[in-house]
Amino acid sequence: MSNYIKLIALGLVALFSMMAINYARDVAYMVHAIIILLVSGGLFIWTLRKTDEPVTSVDLSGEYMDGVVRAGVIATALWGVVGFLAGVFIAFQLAFPELNFEWAQGYANFGRLRPLHTSAVIFAFGGNALIATSFYVVQRTSAARLWGGNLAWFVFWGYQLFIVLAATGYLLGATQSKEYAEPEWYVDLWLTVVWVAYLAVFLGTIIRRKEPHIYVANWFYLSFIVTVAMLHVVNNMSIPVSIWGSRSVQVMSGVQDAMTQWWYGHNAVGFFLTAGFLGMMYYFIPKQAERPVFSYKLSIIHFWALIFIYIWAGPHHLHYTALPDWASTLGMVFSVVLWMPSWGGMINGLMTLSGAWDKLRTDPIIRMMVISVGFYGMSTFEGPMMSIRAVNSLSHYTDWTIGHVHSGALGWNGMITFGALYFLTPVLWKRERLYSLSLVSWHFWLATIGIVLYAASMWVTGIMEGLMWREVDANGFLVNSFADTVAAKFPMYVVRGLGGVLFLAGAVIMVYNLWMTVRKAPAKEASLSVAVPAE
Amino acid sequence: MEEYTFLRQFADSWMLLALFAFFIGVIIWVFRPGSKKKYDDTANIPFRHEDKPADREEDGKK
Repeated sequence: MSNYIKLIALGLVALFSMMAINYARDVAYMVHAIIILLVSGGLFIWTLRKTDEPVTSVDLSGEYMDGVVRAGVIATALWGVVGFLAGVFIAFQLAFPELNFEWAQGYANFGRLRPLHTSAVIFAFGGNALIATSFYVVQRTSAARLWGGNLAWFVFWGYQLFIVLAATGYLLGATQSKEYAEPEWYVDLWLTVVWVAYLAVFLGTIIRRKEPHIYVANWFYLSFIVTVAMLHVVNNMSIPVSIWGSRSVQVMSGVQDAMTQWWYGHNAVGFFLTAGFLGMMYYFIPKQAERPVFSYKLSIIHFWALIFIYIWAGPHHLHYTALPDWASTLGMVFSVVLWMPSWGGMINGLMTLSGAWDKLRTDPIIRMMVISVGFYGMSTFEGPMMSIRAVNSLSHYTDWTIGHVHSGALGWNGMITFGALYFLTPVLWKRERLYSLSLVSWHFWLATIGIVLYAASMWVTGIMEGLMWREVDANGFLVNSFADTVAAKFPMYVVRGLGGVLFLAGAVIMVYNLWMTVRKAPAKEASLSVAVPAE
Repeated sequence: MEEYTFLRQFADSWMLLALFAFFIGVIIWVFRPGSKKKYDDTANIPFRHEDKPADREEDGKK
């Protein structure tokens, strides 16, 4: 019966997208309508073939739902490489403007590819990592199978569709020009649907849990899901110009719009790239170190302090703008206070290794996780410093900001995700171990040296640029033109690009290693998979 | 503007106090007597049920 309803719905969607192709007012919208037609048409045929076939229902409540986590691991690794590749290419576009090819103007120039890179690494790589690990962690720590059956698969595939729509939209010029929230109105609506399903699966599993307590990692994941839902809905309030076109008009304007955007933008950092990834830290570091978290009490205080404070830090993106001074001071003060919970969490992660520090020498995966927490500490020290108004007057609009973001994104988010992927792959594909630990070491060093090159070159060029912009001669005239600063940055841009190449090379090695783990590593013996209680 | 003024005043007085009190309450709650034993057990959750969900018979039991 439910298949008939699905068929009707899919048929209507396909019909609507055919009309949309016909009436489309811009290319991006038409391409998106074609994509949706193909997806809904394909799903229609697939559903039709299954309809009225005998159904064999198997009771799966005695097993974890790991298929969707496996798919998430594959998606994370692949989107990661795509996102890093896009980043390396646009880094060299900045160093060598000839790479903005004449024949690709309007599609593959820096302005079009830059949001493609940021969304690919944050939402495609990071988002898939968060969805996959949260599904893994919530099942293990709740001792229950994912709630909602195939709803988890809907979340996975729905999210991939969001990524494809967003990415193709950027290349074809569909953007609402809000940083990290570029997708247009219908893509936003689709993500909202997917996200509500994600929340339902996650929360449903927690409600069904067999453990009396909700493990701290789940608190972080849950705050990430709930807050991102709130941020996404409020920041994307817009009115479409036509239902047959991708253009829309923002509901808010001026400084209110700017403040909403950076409330969203900074909490995307705070809850997407921090709270969610802290959930990973609180599960995978104890697992890999084979010892419980250093202080569970600290982890609870860490959680509440982090979510209470992060939400206020956004205004530090709007120093010296039309935003009232009191608001930007508020943002600055909260950013500085935020240093405390951030470092509390870092200490909790690092000290989990106390008594097992020797593992740093023997286990490259734990080394990866530890350096990730190290980079977390570094960038959460740098961030509050840069949010201080006087420092910000030098650093804002310069490459220092880009360096700061990348030490956090490559160092913290990237490395903890790599660690989680190295942990998950043998477990999910029932392999005894990874294919090669020395390849993990190669990845570790390539990535670390890449980040150091990236961050160091961006510090130099950012501070240089900031100083050149404000330099005045004895008569009060500016000494440098903007083009002077661009010319002076060339060597650092090349070094940054090389850092990106090293980081990308590490990721390619990881993909090879994970692939070979699935293909070649010895299978885990069946007897070992019988559950042994830890106590 | 009336609404703005009201919300502004409420936010930096009673709401601030309420949130701060909640936060202090969390810290006190965390350090309540007897919490260590419970938290030691909770911290070990990742080391249980790695391969399959808890059996139905042991519902509610850790």
